[in-house]
Amino acid sequence: MSSGTLYDKVWDRHKVTTLPNGQDQLFVGLHLIHEVTSPQAFGMLRERDIDVARPDLTHATVDHIVPTADQSRPLGDDAAEEMMSELEANVRDAGIDFSDPTTGDQGIVHVIGPEQGLTQPGTTIVCGDSHTATHGAFGALAFGIGTSQIRDVLATQTVAMEKQKVRKIEVTGELGEGVTAKDIILTIIRRLGTDGGVGYVYEYAGEAIENLDMEGRMSICNMSIEGGARAGYVNPDETTYEWLAETDEFSDSEGRSPSDSRTMSGDEPERFEKMKQYWKSIRSEETAEYDDVVTIDGSEIEPTVTWGTTPGQGIGISESIPHPEELPEDKQDTARSSQDHMEVEPGESMEGYDIDVAFLGSCTNARLPDLRAAAEIVRGRQVDESVRAMVVPGSQRVKAAAEAEGLDEVFREAGFDWREAGCSMCLGMNDDQLEGDERSASSSNRNFVGRQGSKDGRTVLMSPEMVAAAAVTGEVTDVRDLPTAEVEA
Amino acid sequence: MTSGEDERSEPSERASGEAASREVDIPEVTEVSGTGIPVRGNDIDTDQIIPARFMKVVTFDGLGEFAFFDKRFTDEDEAKDHPFNEDRFRDANVLVVNSNFGCGSSREHAPQALMRWGIDAIVGESFAEIFAGNCLALGIPTVTADAETVEAIQDWVAANPDGELDIDVAAETVTYGETTVDVAVDEAQRKALVEGIWDTTALMKSNTEAIRETAASLPYVESSESWVADD
Repeated sequence: MSSGTLYDKVWDRHKVTTLPNGQDQLFVGLHLIHEVTSPQAFGMLRERDIDVARPDLTHATVDHIVPTADQSRPLGDDAAEEMMSELEANVRDAGIDFSDPTTGDQGIVHVIGPEQGLTQPGTTIVCGDSHTATHGAFGALAFGIGTSQIRDVLATQTVAMEKQKVRKIEVTGELGEGVTAKDIILTIIRRLGTDGGVGYVYEYAGEAIENLDMEGRMSICNMSIEGGARAGYVNPDETTYEWLAETDEFSDSEGRSPSDSRTMSGDEPERFEKMKQYWKSIRSEETAEYDDVVTIDGSEIEPTVTWGTTPGQGIGISESIPHPEELPEDKQDTARSSQDHMEVEPGESMEGYDIDVAFLGSCTNARLPDLRAAAEIVRGRQVDESVRAMVVPGSQRVKAAAEAEGLDEVFREAGFDWREAGCSMCLGMNDDQLEGDERSASSSNRNFVGRQGSKDGRTVLMSPEMVAAAAVTGEVTDVRDLPTAEVEA
Repeated sequence: MTSGEDERSEPSERASGEAASREVDIPEVTEVSGTGIPVRGNDIDTDQIIPARFMKVVTFDGLGEFAFFDKRFTDEDEAKDHPFNEDRFRDANVLVVNSNFGCGSSREHAPQALMRWGIDAIVGESFAEIFAGNCLALGIPTVTADAETVEAIQDWVAANPDGELDIDVAAETVTYGETTVDVAVDEAQRKALVEGIWDTTALMKSNTEAIRETAASLPYVESSESWVADD
């Protein structure tokens, strides 16, 4: 039984009571909703004649079904238009803030929460989306819920949960050249398995994690669920507080932030300091006890790609695809069918695997630093003629910020499509889909069969930099072989 | 294509039963009996259970026919080999699966599709957490046993598609043919099902005062005095 961890502290502070079934009833500090998993919950509330308890602690966006090419209304896809209209009606009736596409604040739910300062340390955050753990990067306790639970949260601002065990995953050392947060989390999932985290919350710690920026931490927490853990978090620190100071929540109307408190108006600096004390107080103690501790040497991690159809089937770019019989017995059948689907041979490398599509997007890797890093690889190069390549920024704000830096031009000149914000080809609920048995180099989070919209499609997960490298060469490529300086001449 | 969609009343029907109080009837689920259907393989994810394109809907109605759709049909809509396509399993209501079933997305559409196809209970080696929670919210038990036990049940079901399986949630056993095996049911799940408290909305809503106190104690929840004042 863990004690003194951030998880224990945040849980205790939000616990309302223990329910007769033994689960705890937890208060929810922030409920994020989107168009796919919430309409049925609003329907259930209407059937039961229950109002939304705390619209002020609820925030909506639209991301899964929005087109990334033409967003004019009505949307071209009738089903998408119906979902959009339903969400609009629900948030209007309940008085819920909605970052819709006309606001300039729309985007993937796990991108807009943090960038608007809604995501804060020591809070509880739920959303009908399994990648909600993303918000754990700020030291929030954040997890995905199903639609019946969304109904519960809308009705009561609480959720019924069983407390879980805490596994500390310590990533030591310094990351090598070309190695990113994405490579860390793919390595963790490979090591601990896609179901290794069931029953656990993951605390990511250690030098390699602490040295990451907030966006890198978000990429890691985002894929906790791919390792079976419903939630994952990083203890908040100065990197977290500096990031928060710049958000809408804490900067004033002139855009001044508490990091320069002397020039700020109003009581914002005071409020920020008060919150900072709270944020510090919920950090895991030095003496905290964990149910399990795993240590991974970050300096040994390579740029990592998947060779199969589960996120746990990853290898370093210089390694060979495993022979199924070398794997644990319960993983062998899955490995065989995965290799069959992907058309890869054990013993070979993933380097040189031909790709047809390069997708740079998703709640895992479509934030500004992701786009910057990919643009550096792309700059001065051309997308291979056999590849269709697209960038789908995580939010309208990310898109605007990238455009202000001219990144859109870099991508366009190289031959990438530069799109509007949304989930897009991560799960293919809009028009952005693989066709037939196309192979995709993707910065997203799932390589399941059929995930990107075609049941014969094939997905290779990798970092944004590696997607950029694959886009320009037409095959899976070690990004370290594409030095950014070389193309300056 | 679908079967058993009428076997279990839909939530909407349950809810509208007692329109006056709008109270929801939550049945106790102590035991599930019926015939089985095996779906073999580890790591069967929610994208396989219900492909995302079928989620472009604002209700769960009619999802039953899309369960495992891409595993069951080719692009030309020809039926593939899949237990959900086999006549002999048409009336089955107990799904028997292997490890890490339901991994991936939080979409409740997955258990909703299975439930609306006719599934009332699932036996497996292990389940993804959100999936199991979503099943519980629908009153569907997800009971677990070791790999060998589960495979034996799958083999038996394949050989005896009309044979009766009995899942005793309270006693944590599964009986098939002459055999009774011990299975595990998560303690909170067992209690919730057996006592009929698996739909938590009303239960939690009754704790309004405690919710208010918790909210007031949190430094980041602003103007907590202004909310639920009308409650």
